[in-house]
Amino acid sequence: MKFLSVTASVFVTLFAIQLIPASAATVPPDTRLAKVQELVRDNGAEPASLDPHKIEGVPEGNIVRDLFEGLVNQDADGNIVPGQAESWMVSEDNKVFTFKIRKSTRWSDGSPVTAHDFVYGFQRAVDPATGSRYSWYIEIPTIVNASAIIKGEKPASSLGVRAVDNNTFEVTLEQPVPYFIKMLAHPTTFPAPKAVIEKHGEAWTRAGNMISNGAYVLDNWVVNGKIVLKRNQHYWNNDETIINKVTFLPITSDSSRLHRYKAGEVDITYTIPLEHFSKLQKDIPEQIITVPELGTYYYSFNTRQPPLDDVRVRKALSYAINREAITNFILGQGQKPAYAFTPESINGFTPPATHFSRMTQAERNKKAVKLIQEAGYGPDKPLTVTLIYNTSEAHKKLALAVAQMWKPLGITVKLENQEWKTFLDIKRKHRFEVARGGWMGDYNEASTMLDLHTTHHGQNDSGFSSKQYDELMARSRLARTEDERNHLYARAEKILAEEMPVAPVYQYVDSRLIKPYVGGYPMNNVEGTTYTREMYITGQ
Amino acid sequence: MLTFILKRLALAIPTLLILVTLSFFLIQMAPGSPFTGDFNMPPEILANLEAKYHLNEPLYRQYFYYLSDLMQGDLGPSLKYQDYSVNELVAQSFPVSLKLGLTAFIVVVVCGVTLGTLAAVRQNTFIDYLVMTFSMTGVVLPSFVIAPLLVLLFAVTLRWLPAGGWNDGSWQNMVLPVASLTIVYIAAVARIMRSSMIETLNSPFIRTARAKGLPARHIVLRHALKPSLLPVLSYLGPAFVGIITGSVVIETVFGLPGIGQHFVNGALNRDYSLVLGLTIIVGTLTILFTTVVDILYGLIDPKIRIKH
Repeated sequence: MKFLSVTASVFVTLFAIQLIPASAATVPPDTRLAKVQELVRDNGAEPASLDPHKIEGVPEGNIVRDLFEGLVNQDADGNIVPGQAESWMVSEDNKVFTFKIRKSTRWSDGSPVTAHDFVYGFQRAVDPATGSRYSWYIEIPTIVNASAIIKGEKPASSLGVRAVDNNTFEVTLEQPVPYFIKMLAHPTTFPAPKAVIEKHGEAWTRAGNMISNGAYVLDNWVVNGKIVLKRNQHYWNNDETIINKVTFLPITSDSSRLHRYKAGEVDITYTIPLEHFSKLQKDIPEQIITVPELGTYYYSFNTRQPPLDDVRVRKALSYAINREAITNFILGQGQKPAYAFTPESINGFTPPATHFSRMTQAERNKKAVKLIQEAGYGPDKPLTVTLIYNTSEAHKKLALAVAQMWKPLGITVKLENQEWKTFLDIKRKHRFEVARGGWMGDYNEASTMLDLHTTHHGQNDSGFSSKQYDELMARSRLARTEDERNHLYARAEKILAEEMPVAPVYQYVDSRLIKPYVGGYPMNNVEGTTYTREMYITGQ
Repeated sequence: MLTFILKRLALAIPTLLILVTLSFFLIQMAPGSPFTGDFNMPPEILANLEAKYHLNEPLYRQYFYYLSDLMQGDLGPSLKYQDYSVNELVAQSFPVSLKLGLTAFIVVVVCGVTLGTLAAVRQNTFIDYLVMTFSMTGVVLPSFVIAPLLVLLFAVTLRWLPAGGWNDGSWQNMVLPVASLTIVYIAAVARIMRSSMIETLNSPFIRTARAKGLPARHIVLRHALKPSLLPVLSYLGPAFVGIITGSVVIETVFGLPGIGQHFVNGALNRDYSLVLGLTIIVGTLTILFTTVVDILYGLIDPKIRIKH
């Protein structure tokens, strides 16, 4: 097989390794570091697990990325940089990926991390016995046999991964997936310590049992209390890590996070409650950070039943939403209006302008009235729609505003708030008319957003089904250049604007409070990927 | 007495069984499942998960599996906190709730009974009005209002005490949670104690004691206190379970790792085994403490002493 460091992006990455140390704390030259390097992070919720192959949420990811490390990492801007792999090569057909694992990398007990640990990790992620909620993540890039293993048709050992030798790890895909490397900073693709897992079973993630290969080791875990991590002295880049101890607090209450931040018990908050934002912006603007996120807030229309099976009604509802008013006056944290499903923050693809994004709001409103009349609704035949959202003050505020915006169309809106799981259940069963939705990308590539509207996608709540759209997304996987792929994505976005299965409302941002003495927080990582080892505390 | 206790315990077993059965089937009726999440899992992955936890089997069989595990003291794996069994979660969180609850309980009894007695003895004086004002305010102010106010004052503004965290139950971390948790109970106990004490002080045997020329302090502490405690006791039994099984609000506001948070999150997450396990524990405690209260009743009031 002929290996090439083919694509320009891979070449640039390989080249870059020589120039930049693979993501580590970068302290500006004139900075004075504090004597005590301890950080307390509000982590939003108790993690459901610390097992890289079982986790799915953000709170879990934040901790697991400190404990473990995969083949690659992300830098502060979200670019892929080497992690446990110091370099990699891609076969000409974009199907075989070969990684060189660093010889210096160690587990926290001092034993070397080898390609076999990655083989075990990947196999474990798809093995039905693991009970991973994220095994689909190995299926998406079509790693050989992943699908069959998940279905229980083949053993986990048949997965298309192998250790060529102790330091060479190879992955083979069934179909070419050009963005495969971008997916590898995700915990589902992390290695796992086989001997420890086999010895302790589910309890391997407890402090004392766990060994890890990231910058930190687990020191203490009190469920609903705190998780404390300490420096891993065996981490390959330990010399460039500054923070010695990091504590994650599972704070769920918005008022508590604010109080504990103000009382000096927390250095970085998980979020900023909407209702406190404007006051904080007045009082401590320098402590607020806002980073664009890889996600879109939207309303799903149930395309499978009247009245929203009529594209004119869907378009009318979408046009009538005054997105600028929502982002400027209701949210005001730096969110941007969304006229496309893919957020602008996505790497390598700019969503195209669509006909409705180019109109003024007045024009959109006018068009909306016309469309709703064409659909046969008016004073004689008034339209009532029910909008459901999961219980939250922020969703309620938005739903109320949107209901007001739909009033001039002669539409009566019934608002229903629902408990989270009930809400999800109703959406999945398509028993709604309009439902609040939000989607955060899993990796920084447009397909993580656009795949959502393919007919059989698990997240396709609107029930939208378009042969043309499905074909475009399938073809995008085979596209050989980024331009070709982007062209297909642009066409997919245009179909969404034409068919309007969902009304995108705004592009998410991530805002937090951060103490002025904390340095190194990634300000441009749209995936919200953070590594404590990149941060530091400055002194007086 | 022993027969009484044994009888109560024998009765507890069917009561708990009914509780477990009802809870088992009720929680299954809630929409969604432990695996319903933001991301809609592909059906084959969902099937793998359900198989792992036997959720793919008929409900009656799951129920018998659960009962047979329960007999062996196994409350099953948590469906949300995948690295833990329910036994482990309870073992970790119950001591926290117990320590907080016991401290709070002692504070409630001492403060509530003292204040109520003072108000009764000094009926219609300034002290009485003061206690009753406190009591009224305490009863109407919910803990989700008191707790943040206390935090704002003592943690954020004055910085005397931590705003949250458990810190292995150090006293600094306990002051604000205990205060927020107890105010409402102290208020209630003080009110009950006051009216009960007034009633006792007006009864014939106290009049006799007075007539005999016993000093007032002696009358209140030796003779009136014991019978006045009866209504307080019947309030405190269930209240004690309420206090220990944790106030969700207090635990959430102060970030305490007790069982209250598990209870609510368990229900929200459809963590069937966690909710069931906690239901059993709370059920057992309730039965246990009502029995204790009944026994104490007998000890305090000879009129209702159990004959056998």
